[in-house]
Amino acid sequence: MDDAKDELTPGPETPPGAGTPDKPDEPGAAREPGQTTQPLAVEAIQVASPAAPMVPTTAVPVGKVATPAVIPAPPPAEARLGGSEVRAAYEHPWAIRFCHWLNAIALVVMIGSGLQIFTAFPSFGPKVPEKDLLQVPDAVTLGGWLEGGRHWHFTFMWVFVGTGILYLAYQFASGHYKTVLFRPRDIPGVWPMARHYFFFGPKPPVREQYNPLQKLAYTATVLFGVASVLTGLVLYQPVQFSWLAWLMGGFHLARIWHFAAMCGFLAFIPGHLLMVALHGWSNFASILTGWKKNPEYLSD
Amino acid sequence: MKTGMEAGQLKSRSRRELLKLTPLVAAGAFLVPSWRDELLDRGVALSDWASGKVFRREHLVPTYPDSELTPLSQFEYNSYDVDEPDLDLDSWTLGVSGLVEKPGEYTLAQIQALPKTVQNTRHVCVEGWDVIANFGGVRLSTFLQHIGADPRAGYVSVECADDYYEVLDMPAALHPQSLLCYEMYGKPLERGHGAPLRFSLPTKLGYKSAKGLTKLAVTNVMKPDHRGYWEDQGYSWYAGL
Repeated sequence: MDDAKDELTPGPETPPGAGTPDKPDEPGAAREPGQTTQPLAVEAIQVASPAAPMVPTTAVPVGKVATPAVIPAPPPAEARLGGSEVRAAYEHPWAIRFCHWLNAIALVVMIGSGLQIFTAFPSFGPKVPEKDLLQVPDAVTLGGWLEGGRHWHFTFMWVFVGTGILYLAYQFASGHYKTVLFRPRDIPGVWPMARHYFFFGPKPPVREQYNPLQKLAYTATVLFGVASVLTGLVLYQPVQFSWLAWLMGGFHLARIWHFAAMCGFLAFIPGHLLMVALHGWSNFASILTGWKKNPEYLSD
Repeated sequence: MKTGMEAGQLKSRSRRELLKLTPLVAAGAFLVPSWRDELLDRGVALSDWASGKVFRREHLVPTYPDSELTPLSQFEYNSYDVDEPDLDLDSWTLGVSGLVEKPGEYTLAQIQALPKTVQNTRHVCVEGWDVIANFGGVRLSTFLQHIGADPRAGYVSVECADDYYEVLDMPAALHPQSLLCYEMYGKPLERGHGAPLRFSLPTKLGYKSAKGLTKLAVTNVMKPDHRGYWEDQGYSWYAGL
């Protein structure tokens, strides 16, 4: 992950020779500022180059696993920039991908088991007389009964909190958070992006890994996570953390805030999944492999 | 930020990066029913352990003014079986046994002769509802001292008129706000609230606060199949708040 810092800078600012994850000093690894290359399709094939005699003259079959024998030392920059290249960005370091998926699993479990627990008393009012707020369908609950739900909830809370802490620690230690943290300077860009997404307005230029609306959404999920953990701590240990309960207006209100934090996630998840579906495979693959091919912000 | 690279190189790197996510496959253990139950039991055990670690005997639970009390009529009986167990209050005694210096049968008058504590505390049910109620009685720690209980013993176990039973850890039993309660809202306990004597344990979930007590024992032994009525149905034994 030594290369993580290098990858914070968007393409055009990358100094020549900034390196690749595996060969930091590889010549020609970075694009010259202003250099134009033609993005290739996913099945792009490396074409033999006279300036790179070690590259086989036959094309690499599509889908074949590339090995060092097939792809030896890279050719000089001038030989590679003639159209045989793809543009790609290493967007998500391993720690982020790992935390994303494990946290996603934990989040689904926490919501399902949390709804199961909620069905035991689906109200925020008094117990007597009880007025149920809503009937949660069995299909979205996990655990089968109250303690079944509690077992899932109090097991996966460790996964949820653990991946959350690892994620935040990595983001801040590496400086990677700068790509995704919503800051005041992102405010002006929110409305144009929302207008594009929801009202078919013109598409604002894409200059960064995340647009302002994405930063807002992703930063908000971190806040929902922090809120759900703190309110959950109060519900689980209201006596030992009575000062925290007091800050939240008491145990009774903490239960409402805990539910509200879940609603935040429920608002985020469908939009997130829809955007992933709309943006295609290359975009989705980046959260699996870290690499995104031909990211929009690198096009000319 | 990497910009230009060969397609094949990108593929090989992508594959390598994808393989680094294989540890996530371990989460699939939760899809195997027998492993799942074991893992979930361990997960809850870990949570209970952590809950015990953050417990401080000297840390008092918040108390509330009378104006915040939930009316007694809105405090549900919430019994597991019968709301009003068949119990002869006139001949009732509490049978005390185990690691105590003075075992025997204790009458309500003997218990009420001990110093009385009245407090407004929150009673939290595992289901999610909570009430702020007024409880009066003797501190469990005072009673344990009175009967000469060994404070180094692990548990205080009780049995109830309706076959309910509970096993409480000694640190929680010795908490200064854990009560052997014989009054609620200034009146003798109603049968549905556990007449004539019940636990009021504001550091525990409601199901630990057993009602209609008939026997109390101080012990170092908790049988795996006799940890408490709901606990033996699968609920967490520690149940700390």
